[in-house]
Amino acid sequence: MTRSRSDLVWIPTFAILVAFAVPWPLWGVDRVVAGLPVWIWWHVAWLGLCAVLFALFVRSGAWERGMGQRPGDDAAGVDAATSGDPVDPTGGDRR
Amino acid sequence: MTLGVVVGYLVVALALGLVAYRVSETTAEDYYLASRSIGTLVLLFTTFATLLSAFTFFGGPNLAYAAGPEWLIVMGTLDGVLFAVLWYVIGYKQWLIGARNGYVTLGEMLGDRFGSTGLRALVAAVSLLWLFPYVMLQQMGAGEALVGLTDGAVPYWGGAALITAFMILYVAVAGLRGVAWTDTLQGLFMLSVVWLAAAWVVSALGGVGAATEGMLAARPEFGSFGGGTYSVGFIVSTAITIAFGVTMFPQINQRFFVAKSATTLKRSFALWPVLVLLLFVPAFMLGAWAAGTPVTVPENANVLPVVLNEYAPTWLAAVVVAGAMAAMMSSSDSMLLSGSSYFTRDLYRPLIDADASERREAWIARIGVAAFAALAFVASLFRPGTLIEVGDTAFSGFALLALPVICALYWPRTTRTGMIVGVAVPQAIYLAVVLSAVVGAVPTLPRTVAGGWDVALGLMVLSGVLTVGVSLVTAPSEESDASRFAVAGD
Repeated sequence: MTRSRSDLVWIPTFAILVAFAVPWPLWGVDRVVAGLPVWIWWHVAWLGLCAVLFALFVRSGAWERGMGQRPGDDAAGVDAATSGDPVDPTGGDRR
Repeated sequence: MTLGVVVGYLVVALALGLVAYRVSETTAEDYYLASRSIGTLVLLFTTFATLLSAFTFFGGPNLAYAAGPEWLIVMGTLDGVLFAVLWYVIGYKQWLIGARNGYVTLGEMLGDRFGSTGLRALVAAVSLLWLFPYVMLQQMGAGEALVGLTDGAVPYWGGAALITAFMILYVAVAGLRGVAWTDTLQGLFMLSVVWLAAAWVVSALGGVGAATEGMLAARPEFGSFGGGTYSVGFIVSTAITIAFGVTMFPQINQRFFVAKSATTLKRSFALWPVLVLLLFVPAFMLGAWAAGTPVTVPENANVLPVVLNEYAPTWLAAVVVAGAMAAMMSSSDSMLLSGSSYFTRDLYRPLIDADASERREAWIARIGVAAFAALAFVASLFRPGTLIEVGDTAFSGFALLALPVICALYWPRTTRTGMIVGVAVPQAIYLAVVLSAVVGAVPTLPRTVAGGWDVALGLMVLSGVLTVGVSLVTAPSEESDASRFAVAGD
C-alpha cells in the first residue's frame, strides 16, 4: 500500500469545496458587479476552482490510492480481477 | 412549423438509435451497459444529458422566475460539486467492483455481496417506486412545453402522449449504446440552444446589465443572496437529498458501470463542474431575468417558452423546446432502460421465472417498459404538483438508499439484516409522509420542519444509524461475502 500522508489533505479540501459551493459569506449581500449579483460571480469562480482542484486530485494519484489501488494502474478493476492476488478482506478503503 | 421542428428533431434522434441498434449485440451486458465500452466524451455527455431533464430545463427557470436566481446555487452545489465528489466515492468504487464481478444493477451488486435475493428485490422495488414519479415528471414537462410553444393548439395530453410513445419506441429498439450516443447529440444540442436563447433574449433586453436592472426593479429581493423560499434549511436539505438521491437513481447509478477505463472516469470527473456551470447559468438566469420583463406566464405554464415566444423568433423558440424535449427524452429513455433492467434481472428472474430464456426476458423487459410508461402517462394527466415538487419527492426517496449503500461499499462489517432494516424502515416512513399528502383520510404529515428543513434529511440520518446499529448487533449471514466488495490491488 503506497498511500501517502499528503493524500489525507484531499478530505478537508473536498469538504471545503462542498461547504462553500454555497456562498455563505455573501448571505444577504445585494451588490451588483459587472451586470450580475456578486454572489453569482462567486458561484462561477467556485465551480471553476472545483474543476481545477478535481483535475489536480486526479493527477496526484490520490484517486487510486483512496480506493486501495496502485496509482497509474488504469484498468485497475480488471487487473485486480485477473491478478489472482489474495483479496484484502477489510476492503479497499480505511478512511 | 414549430411542431415540425420538434418532431423533426425526434426523428433524427430515433435514426441515430437505429444505427446503434445495428452495431449492438444481443447480450444483456451490451443492451444495458454497451459492453462497458463507453469513452470520455460519450460518458460525460450521457451522464449530463441523463441527469438534466424537465426538472432542470423547465423546473429550474420556473423556480428562478418565481423565487429568485438562488436556485442556480442550489443546483450548482448539488450537481456540480457534491455529485462529483459522490461520483468518486460511490461511483468509482462501484465501477471497480462492477468490472470485477460483472454486475449490471445496484440490486444485483448488493444481493450478491449479502447473499440475499430479498435485499436485491427490495432495492429494485424501491428504485422502481421512485422512478415512477420521475418518468411522470418528464411527461408533464413535455405536455406543458408544447402547450406553451403552440399557444395551446397542441393540448397538454398531446405533448405528454408524444413523448411517451417516443420513449417506448426508443428503448424497445436502441439499448444503452443508442441511448448513450443520442445523449451525446442531445447534450451538445441543449447546451448550444440554451446559450443561443440566452444571447438572443439578453440582447433584446439591452444587455446583461439592463436585464439584471429590470429584474431588480421588479423584484428587488432577487439581488440579495438568500431569503424568501431560500432559507438555510431549504438550501442545505435540497442540495444534500438531491445529490445523494441522484447517485442512487437507476439510470445514473448504472452509468457508474459503463466506463471503458479509469481514465474515462477521471476526465469526466474533472470536467463535470464546468459543464454544469455552462448549462445552469444561462438557463436559470433566463428564468430570473424574465421576472423583470412584462411577460405574463399563465398558470401551469413554463417560463422559458413564454419568454422565447416574446423575445425571440418563432424558429428559435421551437428549437429551444426541441432542446428541452431532448433533455427529457435523454433522461426518460435512460430511466426506462434502467428500470427494465431492474425489473427483469432483480425482480422477474429471481422471483418469478428463474429459467426464462434470453428471448423471453427481452420481451418481458419491453412489455414492462411500455406498461410503466403508459401508467406514468396516465398519472401525469392528473398533475399532482409542480415539476420541482414531483422531482424533489423522487430524489428524496432515492437519497434514503445512499447511506446504506455507502456502508456496504466501505464497511465490511455491514450485515444483511442491517441493510434490510436500513433500507426498509426509512422508506416506509417516507412513503407514509408522501402518501399522507395525497390520501385525504390520513392527516397530512409535514414534509418540512423548522422553516425549510426536509424530513427526508432526517430520514437519511436514520437510514445510516439503522444500517450501522443493526449491523453491529447482528452477525453476518453465512451467504454474505465481504470479499466481493474488496478492490485492493496489492
